Amino acid sequence: MSVDLATVKRVARLARIAVSDDEAARMESELNGILGFVEQLSEVNVDGVEPMTSVTPMLMKKRVDAVTDGNKADDIVANAPNSDRNFFLVPKVVE
Amino acid sequence: MTDLTHLTIAEASKKLTAKEFTALELTDAYLSAIDAANGTLNAYTTVTPDLARAQASASDQRIASGSAGVLEGIPLGIKDLFATQDVHTQAASHILDGFKPKYESTVTQNLWDAGAVMLGKLNMDEFAMGSSNESSYYGPVINPWRADGSTENRVPGGSSGGSAAAVAAFLCAGATATDTGGSIRQPAAFTGTVGIKPTYGRCSRWGIAAYASSLDQAGPIARDVRDAAILLKAMASVDPKDTTSVDLPVPDYEAAIGKSLSGMKIGIPREYRVEGMPEEIEQLWQQGIAWLREAGAEIVDISLPHTKYALPAYYIVAPAEASSNLARYDGVRYGLRVDGKDIADMYEKTRAAGFGDEVKRRIMIGTYVLSAGYYDAYYLRAQKVRTLIKQDFETVFHAGVDAILTPATPSSAFAIGDKELAADPVKMYLNDVFTITVNMAGLPGLSVPAGLDAHGLPLGLQLIGKPFEEETLFQVASVIEKAAGTFTPKKWW
Repeated sequence: MSVDLATVKRVARLARIAVSDDEAARMESELNGILGFVEQLSEVNVDGVEPMTSVTPMLMKKRVDAVTDGNKADDIVANAPNSDRNFFLVPKVVE
Repeated sequence: MTDLTHLTIAEASKKLTAKEFTALELTDAYLSAIDAANGTLNAYTTVTPDLARAQASASDQRIASGSAGVLEGIPLGIKDLFATQDVHTQAASHILDGFKPKYESTVTQNLWDAGAVMLGKLNMDEFAMGSSNESSYYGPVINPWRADGSTENRVPGGSSGGSAAAVAAFLCAGATATDTGGSIRQPAAFTGTVGIKPTYGRCSRWGIAAYASSLDQAGPIARDVRDAAILLKAMASVDPKDTTSVDLPVPDYEAAIGKSLSGMKIGIPREYRVEGMPEEIEQLWQQGIAWLREAGAEIVDISLPHTKYALPAYYIVAPAEASSNLARYDGVRYGLRVDGKDIADMYEKTRAAGFGDEVKRRIMIGTYVLSAGYYDAYYLRAQKVRTLIKQDFETVFHAGVDAILTPATPSSAFAIGDKELAADPVKMYLNDVFTITVNMAGLPGLSVPAGLDAHGLPLGLQLIGKPFEEETLFQVASVIEKAAGTFTPKKWW
């Protein structure tokens, strides 16, 4: 399988990365190089093979559903590019 | 007085205990070395002299009061991927500009609890994506090793290139690193240092910027096998904050060093003899086999038939996980923000400006293989191949093999700005051909220096072990180290 320019632009949009036409053209050939490389996986017979979901056999650890942390709003917004009274500020999303 | 920076961790600890010098003197010696070299080698993105001196003074007090930890007063470098409270933590990316976390990663906290001193944050490939340390926002790290008679700069490998270069150039006593596809072992091999990626789950991933969560593991890079053992013991722990960290006691890895290999079975996988591999690498491998045989190990030929599919499967699994993990960098909560006409435009412009080319490439691949209609063909198939790769290892371990010996890398360190590698991302990926299977199977892997190539550049051998049997790797690696010796670059910087 390979990607065309329109697909590259659609994927960039899904990934929320702005790309210029030049960048998209460059990416098209690079991504096709990588997709061509991974294509060899189609040679492998995977009939009846379980997909790996955990590399170490272990049960998912669980904990009590209780609040164990919090009251650190100042810490949480400390690195925000733009914040006001412990809110993250973003461009208006609702008219 | 001898140069304090040339002492191993084990030696420095002894001398600190004997009060031959103070922790502050040791830290100052490293800070001076960094000051003199970092402009050339670019191993550190940030140096934290005030913090280091404060920690070293506290270490001196604990040594005086008899309450020293196992790493008391030992100056370490920390890969920029680890969150360090109120200190620069950017994964060598522009998108995390100015980020200073309000929390500490579990691995680094374990080190500070053991008395270690932080010298600063180490350069790396952006978000740990790369094999040459050239994808860093802070520019490439320069390998302290040069070919005989040459002044050409070489890469230290990646992604933990700053860690490996700093250890090799005596700019820290040891360093933290991480390994998703070879990012500890390949740079260790390129710099004549020892690096171990422990079993998945041995070290907590909490507070380490995630690249590919099912593959990422932290581990140390050190100047010799003993130091790597000391560091790993201090780094490893079970952690309630990382549900994939395992609840197994951390053994005394150092105790495994020097034990006899008698009765041990070492597997030699025929699939690791790849086309175009330099003759020197083959010779190094044969030399390693000879050393282990002389030490009493039984050498057996083994087959790991799905080896060649590890790299292509990795380049589906890792980008898929990366595209998801890196979705959090959107200009809202931390780091860089580039304003746009609306919120989507802000996201797109921020991510376009903040991520470098290699990171964008992997996010794009990951987004594509996870997108509607392609999931089964790519991601699901890759996860099935991953199961087969793991089964290959299980089969040979069940047959009685204790550890596997392979070359660490298909070449020695290459030049900075290699045009062929820069032009073809897949060629660069092939650097990890011997290391990547280990991540795919979640196994421990160790790279130990074993010799120099014809140009005087270091080469490493890799040992692969059973899950949570890192002790075996230290045991076998110490035999190789004893036979090969340790390797130090000639100082030119």
